[in-house]
Amino acid sequence: MNAKTFSIGGIHPAENKLSNEAVTQVAALPKQAIFPLSQHIGAPAKPVVQKGDKVKVGTLIAEAGGFVSAPIYSSVSGTVFKIDTAIDATGYRKPAIIIDVEGDEWEESIDRSDKLELVKDHPELTPEEIINRVKVAGVTGMGGAGFPTFIKLTPPPTAKAECVIINAVECEPYITADFRLMMEKADEILVGLELLMVAAKVKAGYIGIETNKPAAIELLTKKCEEKFGGSKYSVEVVPLKQRYPQGGEKQLVDAVIQRQVPAPPAIPVNVGAIVQNVGTAYAVYEAVMKHKPLFERYTTVTGKKLQKPSNFLVRMGTPMKDLIEACGGMPEGDNKLLAGGPMMGKALTSVEVPICKGTNSVTILSDDDARRKEPQPCIRCAKCVSACPMGLEPYLLAKISEVKNWERAEREDITSCIECGSCQFTCPAHRPLLDNIRQGKATVMGIIRARAAAAQKK
Amino acid sequence: MGKLIVSLSPHAHGNDSVERNMYGVIIALMPALLVSFYFFGLGSVIVTATSVAACVLLEWAISKYILKQERNTVLDGSAVLTGLLLAFNLPSNLPVWIIIIGAIFAIGFAKMPFGGLGNNLFNPALVGRAALLVAFPAQMTTWPKVGQLGSYLDAETGATPLSIMKEAIKNGDATVLDRLPDSLSLFLGNHPDGAGAMGEICALALIIGLVYMLWKKIITWHIPVSIIATVFVCAGLLHMANPVYADPISVILSGGLMLGAIFMATDYVTSPMTPKGQIIYGVAIGLLTVIIRNWGAYPEGMSFAILIMNAFTPLINNYVKPKRFGEVPEKK
Repeated sequence: MNAKTFSIGGIHPAENKLSNEAVTQVAALPKQAIFPLSQHIGAPAKPVVQKGDKVKVGTLIAEAGGFVSAPIYSSVSGTVFKIDTAIDATGYRKPAIIIDVEGDEWEESIDRSDKLELVKDHPELTPEEIINRVKVAGVTGMGGAGFPTFIKLTPPPTAKAECVIINAVECEPYITADFRLMMEKADEILVGLELLMVAAKVKAGYIGIETNKPAAIELLTKKCEEKFGGSKYSVEVVPLKQRYPQGGEKQLVDAVIQRQVPAPPAIPVNVGAIVQNVGTAYAVYEAVMKHKPLFERYTTVTGKKLQKPSNFLVRMGTPMKDLIEACGGMPEGDNKLLAGGPMMGKALTSVEVPICKGTNSVTILSDDDARRKEPQPCIRCAKCVSACPMGLEPYLLAKISEVKNWERAEREDITSCIECGSCQFTCPAHRPLLDNIRQGKATVMGIIRARAAAAQKK
Repeated sequence: MGKLIVSLSPHAHGNDSVERNMYGVIIALMPALLVSFYFFGLGSVIVTATSVAACVLLEWAISKYILKQERNTVLDGSAVLTGLLLAFNLPSNLPVWIIIIGAIFAIGFAKMPFGGLGNNLFNPALVGRAALLVAFPAQMTTWPKVGQLGSYLDAETGATPLSIMKEAIKNGDATVLDRLPDSLSLFLGNHPDGAGAMGEICALALIIGLVYMLWKKIITWHIPVSIIATVFVCAGLLHMANPVYADPISVILSGGLMLGAIFMATDYVTSPMTPKGQIIYGVAIGLLTVIIRNWGAYPEGMSFAILIMNAFTPLINNYVKPKRFGEVPEKK
């Protein structure tokens, strides 16, 4: 297979895709579901229910809190127990709606049948209508970052979309949710892609998949030919050479259409690409065709010491504890519990943290994998420079952040860092490079924002 | 249930380590070390043992008693490596006390006062060698011939290929070059009249080390290739212009060029951080080597060239940046 890949840097972490063959199970309903109001990038959602209100599966419980925001729907039926705070993936207590689960009663508007709906049977679906349904359904990026999907579908007037790229790379070790989704819902994903292409008014679509998923490449290639062969759309499954962070938006665009997105504030659509996660394509299908708001998702629960690594179709708000129990329980001893994979996942402080829109995996690292090694002095081997997919110099950015030289950090393009962790992964001296760079980047971005605000005042 | 461990991402590591890299270079030096034992026998064993022991002991003592470091750095392998590289640059008949002075310069002056591994500006082994060359010019410029397995201080010395080349240039007489060993002997180091520093004698063994380090991804090709290519091209041009300058193949196989290009100039700490910077560094070392070898006072210019470029490394790092992602967007 003639596989493509991105042009700068990258690493090869051990795959550890333990749950590859585990067919997706429907997770049991929780006793209580927790809905943090901040599950997406942007303003937190605003609650529209009160304590004691009865809700059904698919009832709106919080509306979008601004333009960059997304509404939240209940994934369970029952009674609102309280609107309070709960520990989320950040480790802090944040505002959340907590619902006691009673039965499983769905809103009537949701089409629960398995019938595959096709775009050609729905002449009412104009681009505006699709985008509106996606917005109303609260669909956000399912790959982890959680950017509201409708905004990506309405590019700024200065940019013109030319293609939709489906991100089915799943380059994070351990995670298999996207792979299972592709194997089990290929037809729906392709309708989702068609909806995205209609919405973005483009004729070209790509599905980027790494070569460690040959079954998915084969299946989707076949389905694409059947569905799009001879149509007005050109859709291509692009096999990609295994390399982390290929699932990064910029790296994926580079790998698939060989165009490099310039430094921020440029976004992929500036070079003509709209990138959507494969899970998002599926969510778009359900939102548009089945009138089903985003309240459940495919999630992998995995770990080397976990008895039964599994993939679940899980209602959001389900505490991770329930899923871990279903996989045989937390392994003995001290562990690291991650929302996401080992490269970019967040370490959690509690097993009560609920599954949210962006939770593609619950990963449990045990023993030596759970602990960092003692850092040693930098030996200036330059391996971090070779590994950086953005062409930055991590050793330097880490050092100047440590000594708080923010001017230099800005000059050295610290804001281009995508926080993929390749530098730290590769560092022989086990230095906490990304810890320092992340802090420097946040500070420099604050300085840039303050400067812009001051300039506007003048 | 046990505790939950919390830290920032990434949570995975590639399991590379400082030790793996340092011991990797040491393994890469083994072919050349064995060849050196084979050619120089007893002397080579004594010089290597003295140099390594002195460097390790000094680093341990300085780390423990002067810097009072919590974690003694002596086990990371860098002191052993400095000791080996220093030995490789010495004649195999050098007295023990001079070797110890060399080790003091390497570890005690060039490395530890700057803060130890990772902070030194100059290559420690080369500082040791350069200091000895200045302090003991006689001992440091006479080189034992190969094949005297049982001898040490009493070894018979001979002319090195580089001194023959220098003589040809000085006398303006190309026939002097006829005394050079043929290229194959230079490559293998087995010419009976061959002489030189312990570790530099066999290009083949050093190249095996290079291949090993490239395979294990310990170093990249940029520095060694740019140095050797630059010297080859310059020597070729000079040779074509005037036959008193030796042919380029003999030039790259003679003296410390291979040793320097493969093992000394590629020292992590003292070489530039970006591929572009490494090529600039390598080309500059090549040019300086050619200049010193042909027109300088010493027959060999490799170590001085590297030391001079060590001084430029911070400057190169400051000005030579890698190409940022998206810097020149491709138009389609």
